[in-house]
Amino acid sequence: MTLLAFDWGFALEKLVLIAIVITVSLVVAMYATYAERKVAGFMQDRLGPNRAGPFGLLQPLADGLKLFFKEEIIPSNSNKFLFILGPCLAMLTAMMTSAVIPWGGKVELGGRMVDLQVADINIGILYIFGVVSLGVYGMMIGGWASNNKYSLMAALRGASQAISYELAMGLSLIALLMLTGSLSLRTITEQQIQGNWWNIVYQPLGFLLFFICALAECNRAPFDLPEAESELNMGYHQEYSSMKLGFFLFSEYINMFISCTIIATLFLGGYDMPFVDEAKLSGIAALIVGLVALFGKTFILIFIFMWIRWTLPRFRYDQLMNLGWKGLIPLALFNMVITGAIVLFTMKAH
Amino acid sequence: MGITQLLFWILTILTLGSALMVIFSKNPVHSILWLIVTFFSISGHYVLLNAQFLAIVNIIVYAGAIMVLFLFVVMLMNLNMPAAPLKKKWLKFAGVLSGGSLMLVLIAALKDTESMRREVLMQTGDIGLINSLGMVLFKDYILPFEISSVLFLSAMVGAVVIGKKT
Repeated sequence: MTLLAFDWGFALEKLVLIAIVITVSLVVAMYATYAERKVAGFMQDRLGPNRAGPFGLLQPLADGLKLFFKEEIIPSNSNKFLFILGPCLAMLTAMMTSAVIPWGGKVELGGRMVDLQVADINIGILYIFGVVSLGVYGMMIGGWASNNKYSLMAALRGASQAISYELAMGLSLIALLMLTGSLSLRTITEQQIQGNWWNIVYQPLGFLLFFICALAECNRAPFDLPEAESELNMGYHQEYSSMKLGFFLFSEYINMFISCTIIATLFLGGYDMPFVDEAKLSGIAALIVGLVALFGKTFILIFIFMWIRWTLPRFRYDQLMNLGWKGLIPLALFNMVITGAIVLFTMKAH
Repeated sequence: MGITQLLFWILTILTLGSALMVIFSKNPVHSILWLIVTFFSISGHYVLLNAQFLAIVNIIVYAGAIMVLFLFVVMLMNLNMPAAPLKKKWLKFAGVLSGGSLMLVLIAALKDTESMRREVLMQTGDIGLINSLGMVLFKDYILPFEISSVLFLSAMVGAVVIGKKT
């Protein structure tokens, strides 16, 4: 039976890792909702949630429970299967991106070298793009299946926004990839650890463009047009109630967490702690330092995401499209040409 | 039967089944969703052939971009009517006849080609990996590659011109 001739320890290791990664993303996303409201309160000179538990720390649990106990409504004129599929897809695509992120270096556990990355594939970044481009489906299918014109409008808006900003995102990354010469996120991180500077120093414009596009891809304000409640009642999830609505809202926070991690990995050195030489530390210490560094950077980025949301008003639809097509894409192309020329002349080819 | 063969058969059944569902679904939106499933299973086949780059590009371009546009069009045209108007009988016959003869010609043309007789190399060969593919594209086939990019550019310009006219 050759079917059983398979490294089951490897499979088990990966399964445990996937479970941990998903749990961590869920917990972070849960507390991101709490942090968002606290930050909003801080920005608007209020207290924010402070009733459930000490400092309101149990607020996300209370919110989750409330969503679970709400009445589940499936509109009678909706397409039932697709109506349920929409939030499932949104959640699924939000979770899938985490597979290629390197959370830390290799550690030795019980005689095995455990790689703190679910899959180190040589096309890591393209995989992320693939999953991000699928993220549109949850929104579109949910919006269409609701059989409500506001939902459909919001879904179409969201999809066209996502498609437009994916282009600029891809173009801004090409310049980075010219420098690194690799698509594997592990390799990109290791280059930043070994080199002197993080990629943000070489690619300041690329970082800025990528950051803006990440905001748009996560449907965060000022790009939250699919949820413009003043124009569309509520957005693409208008007909949803109970935990299906929760899935849609929650997947956005997971997306935010994952995209901040990706920005940290690509541009800010990943699990590289500044001013610390990881090679001198022992295995477990290096692991902890790396995790602290990665999560620290991610949380700072999440805070900036929230800061922007509570500071800037929403774009108008034509402004959004103009910015994407006439602002970001030419800038990204310009960045690409400059980087290409520099790489060519200094012959920093790999 | 190793794990690769097992995966191959699962993927094959999935590909063919979802491709058939594309044709047999009454609702055009369902057809599109089945087509997306088909693209995914084809990408799975690419991964089995060690062509990860092709697999992911297939997903990005077809499942991620083109199918979204299909969905856009179908959703905006609101084609979800209970029954499409029935075609005439002779039209159905003509369709079956022409489609069937096309399939016959294709099978006849492909059945004796060299590539059909060669055995598929599973998980070996690296032409589908991004490094080797880039080398081949930009060294051996640079001219056709550039010409096709000019073709895309002209298509883009054409689309902008048509869009401006209204």
